[in-house]
Amino acid sequence: MDIIVCVKKVPDTREAELIITKDGKDIEKGELVCDINEWDRYAVEEAIRLKEELGGSVTAVAVTPDEDEDLLRKCLAMGADRAIMVKDESFRGSDAHVIATALHHIIKDLPFDLVFTGVQAEDDGYAQVGGILAGFLKVPHATLVTQIEVLERKVQVHRELEEALMEVVELDMPAVCTIQTGINEPRYVSIMGIRKAAKKEMKTLNTSDLGLTEEELGDSASKVKIKGLSLPPSGKGAEILKGSTGEIATKVASILKSKGVLA
Amino acid sequence: MREILVLAEHRKGVLRDITWEMLSLGKELAEKMEAQLTTVLPGYEVKSLADELSTQADLVLLVEDERLQNFSSMAYQQVLSTLITTRKPIITLIGHTACGIDLAPGLAAALGMPLATDCLSLTLTEKELTAVRQIYGGKVNAEVACSCEKGCIATIRAGVVSPWGEETRKGKVEVIQSPSLEGISRQRFIEYVEAAIGGVDITQADIIVAIGRGIQDKENIPLAEELAKALGGTLACSRPIVDKKWLPKAHQVGTSGKTVRPKAYIALGISGAFQHIVGMKDSGVIIAVNKDPRAPIFEVADYGIVCDLFDFMPVLKEKAKELLQRR
Repeated sequence: MDIIVCVKKVPDTREAELIITKDGKDIEKGELVCDINEWDRYAVEEAIRLKEELGGSVTAVAVTPDEDEDLLRKCLAMGADRAIMVKDESFRGSDAHVIATALHHIIKDLPFDLVFTGVQAEDDGYAQVGGILAGFLKVPHATLVTQIEVLERKVQVHRELEEALMEVVELDMPAVCTIQTGINEPRYVSIMGIRKAAKKEMKTLNTSDLGLTEEELGDSASKVKIKGLSLPPSGKGAEILKGSTGEIATKVASILKSKGVLA
Repeated sequence: MREILVLAEHRKGVLRDITWEMLSLGKELAEKMEAQLTTVLPGYEVKSLADELSTQADLVLLVEDERLQNFSSMAYQQVLSTLITTRKPIITLIGHTACGIDLAPGLAAALGMPLATDCLSLTLTEKELTAVRQIYGGKVNAEVACSCEKGCIATIRAGVVSPWGEETRKGKVEVIQSPSLEGISRQRFIEYVEAAIGGVDITQADIIVAIGRGIQDKENIPLAEELAKALGGTLACSRPIVDKKWLPKAHQVGTSGKTVRPKAYIALGISGAFQHIVGMKDSGVIIAVNKDPRAPIFEVADYGIVCDLFDFMPVLKEKAKELLQRR
């Protein structure tokens, strides 16, 4: 069972105050802590679990404009066998189509039974790369996968639909799955673990190694372009309750009473 | 005739709400672009759905085939790519749903068309599609653009556009021969499974205390549970709590969980991802507690409290106990 898992590094913006860059097309990332995309973490874990159960190999792949060696080291520490990073400045501002094109160029010459991506990325949330990649590779795919069972030359997966409904789908291998959070419990990686994994194989390629042309790269090749970003106004809807915690609790209690609860 | 194409989404014999929402959006675009509003309905024995759709579209393309009985991204892709190639619509609208997420990227790749996903609103001109989307978990709005001169595809977030509700059109239904659907057997629908729901039914609660990532640790859940109990309410949660297996799926509010409408909803440490908000926005009153004043939950809340929820929970619990004792 040879599995390729595609990963991305994203900034943690959950509790941060975000500032839009001068050109209006991105946010200032200097102060933000970056880590593996949440969905990708589950995808890496799922790949490693399958390998541990069935044998084979896991290859982590990243296409990035930045020096993301630490991202791939983390995947290796989790249990991936090797990693491939394609770093090129021109990936900055790339849309999903360009990223999937680059991934396709890496993956098409590798042996694989399954390719995993996260369902989407925490930053741009397009949820496109896996589906486009499957199209390029001409293999069947399933998105929003919450369970995988490997059978003889095929996989049976659960896809998460709406309203607590799932659908069971079978795919002939090779296939692409985009992995949903909650499918497993990703393992913790220690600094020691990352050090231990330092000896594992990590290949850094550039775009010309892949035979990618300039027309296939970056903002100019992207079909969907960012025109501008804006911050929604703070607390637009909510009336912010102020005062001591006790005063606020009293206000909340009276609001609840007025709504016919706590009465 | 220029055309706006909408994919009708249905499951288990019922058209899904997103279909009406997209038809409503499609109607606006069609009027502006002086285009025909067409909807495509792939399925099997779904003539009655086609008639329903004809009340809100100029033309319904009914593609019936036994192999289209349940959604399959491979089969749907062939149906749509055949239609799009021959009819050349300005834009094709698909729901940003479990169906659309599975279908749209592969379809766009096969057609070499630009694809804007998870759009909140669209503006169309002769040359360009501009879409508004949310990035960074809803903390930033992004305006994105792509060419529509050779057609384009957009997936639309569910629950954002209001459906028209009433009859706007008296459209025709045209039966279209299904394409060959070669190669689709590599992907097979087996069955639907209900997520295991047991014990609690959060949809029946008058008051819900819901926790999110801000609860930080499984060990802290009893604090929220005690608060819920003191208020006579039910404990619910957002997706990350279920992902971490801290609470069973039955407690989850949101797109892939339950939709709730309690009299009062208290959100503790929930940032307010859209997928959560759809499941609780129609609650009677929403009170949100979050450390981050820019958390998107405050957009939908009636009252916001910017503080550490661990400071707030015990105080509110005592207050509630006090009040209930006084009764």
